Amino acid sequence: MIRFDEVTKVYRGTAKPALNSVSLEVLSGEFVFMVGASGSGKSSMLRLVLKEDRPSSGSIHVLGQDLNRISSRKIPYFRRNLGVVFQDFRLLPNKTVFANVAFTLQVIGKSKGFIHEAVPDVLAMVGLEGKAERFPHELSGGEQQRVAIARAVVNKPSILLADEPTGNLDPTTSMGIMTLLERINANGTTVLMATHDAGIVDRLQRRVVELVGGRVVRDERGGGYVTQAIPQVQPDIVIPAAGPREGLR
Amino acid sequence: MRLALVLSEVGQGLRRNLSMVVSVVLVTFISLTFVGTAILLQAQINQMKSYWYDRAQVAVYFCTDFSSVGTCDQTAATPEQVAAVEAQLESETLAPFIDAYYFEDRQQAFENFQDQFEGNAIASLVTPELMTEAYWVNLVDPTQSQILADALSGLAGVESVVDQRSYLDQIFDILNASSFTAIGIAALMLVAAALLIATTIRLSAFSRRRELGIMRLVGASNRFIQTPFVIEGVVAALIGSVLAAGAMVAIVQFFVQGYLSETLPQTSFVGLDDALLVVPVLLGVGALLAALSANVAISRYLRV
Ligand SMILES: Nc1ncnc2c1ncn2[C@@H]1O[C@H](COP(=O)(O)OP(=O)(O)O)[C@@H](O)[C@H]1O
Ligand SMILES: [Mg+2]
Repeated sequence: MIRFDEVTKVYRGTAKPALNSVSLEVLSGEFVFMVGASGSGKSSMLRLVLKEDRPSSGSIHVLGQDLNRISSRKIPYFRRNLGVVFQDFRLLPNKTVFANVAFTLQVIGKSKGFIHEAVPDVLAMVGLEGKAERFPHELSGGEQQRVAIARAVVNKPSILLADEPTGNLDPTTSMGIMTLLERINANGTTVLMATHDAGIVDRLQRRVVELVGGRVVRDERGGGYVTQAIPQVQPDIVIPAAGPREGLR
Repeated sequence: MRLALVLSEVGQGLRRNLSMVVSVVLVTFISLTFVGTAILLQAQINQMKSYWYDRAQVAVYFCTDFSSVGTCDQTAATPEQVAAVEAQLESETLAPFIDAYYFEDRQQAFENFQDQFEGNAIASLVTPELMTEAYWVNLVDPTQSQILADALSGLAGVESVVDQRSYLDQIFDILNASSFTAIGIAALMLVAAALLIATTIRLSAFSRRRELGIMRLVGASNRFIQTPFVIEGVVAALIGSVLAAGAMVAIVQFFVQGYLSETLPQTSFVGLDDALLVVPVLLGVGALLAALSANVAISRYLRV
């Protein structure tokens, strides 16, 4: 589904790599947390998956496509298979909830009929029925993030990327959002979520990939925010990036 | 659905950047007016050239008692010398190039001179004796006057062989220079218009960067993202082109046909039909220029 092979990313004008020889495989249907301090490279990884940026070296495969070889004309069509949500929601302030979600479908050329079926469905799924005609500023943060999630999944993407989606929300609201993301994952969408919210990671007990200074230092199934595997010896070298690893705990 | 969406984006863009759009309209208007003027001036020059060149003759002037130019020695050409020139004009070497010719004696030259300078003080000073005898020759191909000059200017009694086109060329050189000046100004203004359109489009893209960011994120095709901006630029430029075309037609109708033609009735001027031929050129140049510069401007914005 997503595979990083020895991916290094050095931003122009910086000496220290944001990602340093990262290898990682995410299988279809997985729910993966990417944890690590601010600046550890989580957002950089998500941007690379989206092909918003290109790696300095190494290769990335997403949905069977080698992102180094994909032509720039095909990138928009590639992105239609991915949904993205951000910490800051990124809604259009002058459009209603309905219009914000419909916009996604309009710009990729879906028919009016399709839009009028799909948008109310997805709004109901994220728990916003009855709020279709509200504007973003009339909604709470949690509701705004639900709109963003609705927009990300309305086109039924295979992968959902979430960059600190609960970063601006209180713990209760955050849990609501996580329940929604788990439900989306249960319906078959692969979810890759960057976060440094320890409470959420510990509660959900999913696969955890930990980054420190652009290196993967831990890749643990059913892990918490802090490792429970002892002892931990250079885990990014010892642990192969891919494959089932149930015995690790 | 998509068309409606694209058009509403275009409308929003035009309204949001109204002052920039107005400046694009004005700059395209003025630059294309210059383009149109340059084209019409060229048309006018060509029209006058073909009119006057067809009528331009070659004069073979004979010596007078007062002339020491060429082979002349202050003695008028004798009738034998005149006959020798006519024999040359009738000869097998020259005849094929000559359409028609006639002899103008001193009396006729004097009368023509009096006609041309009627009312002028010089007319009363001139007597028939001062005038020059000449053969006036119409060539089959008016550009080949050099053949006559080569064959006749060395003959005894011939003062000079003069192609009238040499006088015309001076006039046309001046007209050409002004038309090239207009073209130069037009080119500069078109560059300004292209840059202004690019800036306007970039500004428009900037004010819609949120939408653009989301469009890119959810996989709107580049063409879909680009189209509203390109249309926006083309619409603004086309308004300017239409104004320029209107100005063009008005200039021809009211100034050239209404004023110049009245003042100089012998000269034929460019007419409305010529102006109407220029209109599609102006519209095409305006639209193409806008489409190209908008495309360049926005694709810079889209680059990943
Ligand atoms: N566009 C950029 N240009 C230069 N450096 C960047 C850029 N984006 C991120 N970085 C750097 O790359 C490192 C990783 O950043 P990021 O991926 O945003 O980390 P995280 O999302 O985990 O906080 C940081 O040191 C950051 O300063
Ligand atoms: Mg980040």
